[in-house]
Amino acid sequence: MDIHEYQAKEILARFGVPVPRGGLAYNPEQASYRCTEIGGSAWVVKAQVHTGGRGNAGGVRLCHSDCAVQDAASAMFGQRLVTAQSGPDGKLIYRVYVEEATDIARELYFCIVLDRRSERVVIITSAQGGVEIEELAATKPEALVRTTIDPAAGFLEFQAREIAFTLGLRPGQIAEASRIFRRAYRAFRDLDATLLEINPLAVTGTGGIVALDAKMSFDDNALFRHPDISELRDRSQEDARESHAADRGLAYVGLSGNIGCIINGAGLAMATMDMIKIAGGEPANFLDIGGGASPARVLKAFRAVLRDTGVKVMLINIFAGINRCDWVAEGIVTAFKEIDVTIPVVVRLAGTHVEQGQRILNDSGLPIITADTLAEAAHKAVTAVRASD
Amino acid sequence: MAILIDEHTRVVVQGITGGIGRFHAEEMIDYGTTVVAGVTPGKGGERVLDRPVFNTVKDAVAHTGASAAIVFVPPPFAADSIMEAADAGIRFCVCVTDGIPLQDMMRVKRYMRRYKARARMTLTGPNCAGTISPGRALLGIMPGHIYLPGRIGIVSRSGTLGYEAASQMKARGIGVSTSVGIGGDPVNGTSFRDHLELFEADPDTDAVVMVGEIGGPQEAEGADYVRAHMTKPVIAYIAGLSAPKGRKMGHAGAIVSAVGESAQEKTELLAAAGITMAPNPSCIGETVARVLSEHGLVGGSSRAAMSR
Repeated sequence: MDIHEYQAKEILARFGVPVPRGGLAYNPEQASYRCTEIGGSAWVVKAQVHTGGRGNAGGVRLCHSDCAVQDAASAMFGQRLVTAQSGPDGKLIYRVYVEEATDIARELYFCIVLDRRSERVVIITSAQGGVEIEELAATKPEALVRTTIDPAAGFLEFQAREIAFTLGLRPGQIAEASRIFRRAYRAFRDLDATLLEINPLAVTGTGGIVALDAKMSFDDNALFRHPDISELRDRSQEDARESHAADRGLAYVGLSGNIGCIINGAGLAMATMDMIKIAGGEPANFLDIGGGASPARVLKAFRAVLRDTGVKVMLINIFAGINRCDWVAEGIVTAFKEIDVTIPVVVRLAGTHVEQGQRILNDSGLPIITADTLAEAAHKAVTAVRASD
Repeated sequence: MAILIDEHTRVVVQGITGGIGRFHAEEMIDYGTTVVAGVTPGKGGERVLDRPVFNTVKDAVAHTGASAAIVFVPPPFAADSIMEAADAGIRFCVCVTDGIPLQDMMRVKRYMRRYKARARMTLTGPNCAGTISPGRALLGIMPGHIYLPGRIGIVSRSGTLGYEAASQMKARGIGVSTSVGIGGDPVNGTSFRDHLELFEADPDTDAVVMVGEIGGPQEAEGADYVRAHMTKPVIAYIAGLSAPKGRKMGHAGAIVSAVGESAQEKTELLAAAGITMAPNPSCIGETVARVLSEHGLVGGSSRAAMSR
């Protein structure tokens, strides 16, 4: 789960990492009022959206008066910010964060993330902050310094010190920087984060160190022990189709094609989507219906897939293990009764009780297109899409 | 022989008194697995499915000589149950539980380093379908009837895509020595490499099918092993051709977040290591059959007669 910059900064501040003074605003007037509250003579207005690359897309503006802040905020509210990372639809801006402008002497990069190769947490830092890390990794990998954390010993003082020295900080700044690094790590560890990125971590004109931007993601599987973090979920930043499915316990990822998919198991779902692509079609979604596909669950999945109005054909592929094909078939028949299904539906059943399942579908008299194999199902779905054009 | 389990393996079911644990314990017993005990803290002394229930895995091992365990414990407590199994001297543990926090699994991996490699418990999962040596024993949640006993190993991240591979093989009369599910989580007990190594050493396995997906470095590590050490043919499929970058496709670990983690890149990498890639997920069985005939191997075996 992702959270907003201002929320990440609140968390960091709670753990003792310095962040600039700032305030959240839900409308332009409030944004302008924040200037008085914060004080100073220059402010930064930052769109709060769950995506990177805001600066280049006009989502971060430096202003020198409260009027300018109000104007900048006005221009942002209600817009969808499209960045290089947001996808073509962009993300809705409905809150902005107003922050005191910082006198930046240097920009550093600091990130904590899981390294899947070593199966350990690594801290990645660079003396060249402010830029996109992927770009830096591709063009100047030697500029990135990686520090691996032993989960038994934790992030050690000497490691933090080493990082501070590698970043070229002055002797007088080393102790403070090390403390900040270790506090950030504590936030990451204590809250089950999967990513904590501070880019840039700024050295100010007066030699202070402050987190100018902050991005945090959390382990969905660990949210049960962090109810306060779960509350930070912002549905406005999610795909509406995905929020609907997630609320119903379905693993769904919205895509841009027109063949809606209902499949059991993540691997088989991906493979079925691959097969659709190979057959010349485009999947509209990933949907893993899970192990116990009861008729009620099949109905929920139908509704989730059909919410996407771009879906022209539905493909259901179930390989029943603990599941049973007859239950799934009953679910499909029920779905036809409950919902007005106007598009072609291709069904491939395999595994436990497959004959009974097929019999239920055949006896239903419903216009269901059946298939025996994965390839046949994909080809029939693609053919049905072409016929509907 | 087979790898990891056979009909003599004595199994303890952790979480046997829960609905899911009990259901699958029964399925495993029906398949012929030697389930000797269950463990649920606080329910020691009870009996489930005519097997004794113990409070701790240590007790279960002491009284029944169990050497393998399967974990059906809810996510908040599952990591602890895995470490309990390791501490009790269990040799092979399957963790079916989906949704274990990442930091918990990192703790498990760190904990298991206290044992020397030779003495370390082999863990598969979490979030996996389990392991089956067809016709002999089932330690997992897969439908036993889709596997034909035979001489081909399967190692798969996904459960249902593994079923797909096994049933395509069965349709062509090709049987399986052992099929291992390693699970869809980013931090797991063992990976492709570990099981490829076991299959390479197993005299009753002639070839191996590897079913991978997007995300993580484990398919590439498997390919490195194949290139350097494998003499037996390997056939593979990588799922997720149409998965967009940065999106989690159901499995917590199925996310392309670094160079080399996409299905296209992995497919090329595996092919370069001498692995025969199935061009699409519907022709895994066909590709296995072709590779076997090229190597003068037959798919089934005398054990196929035992097919259930």
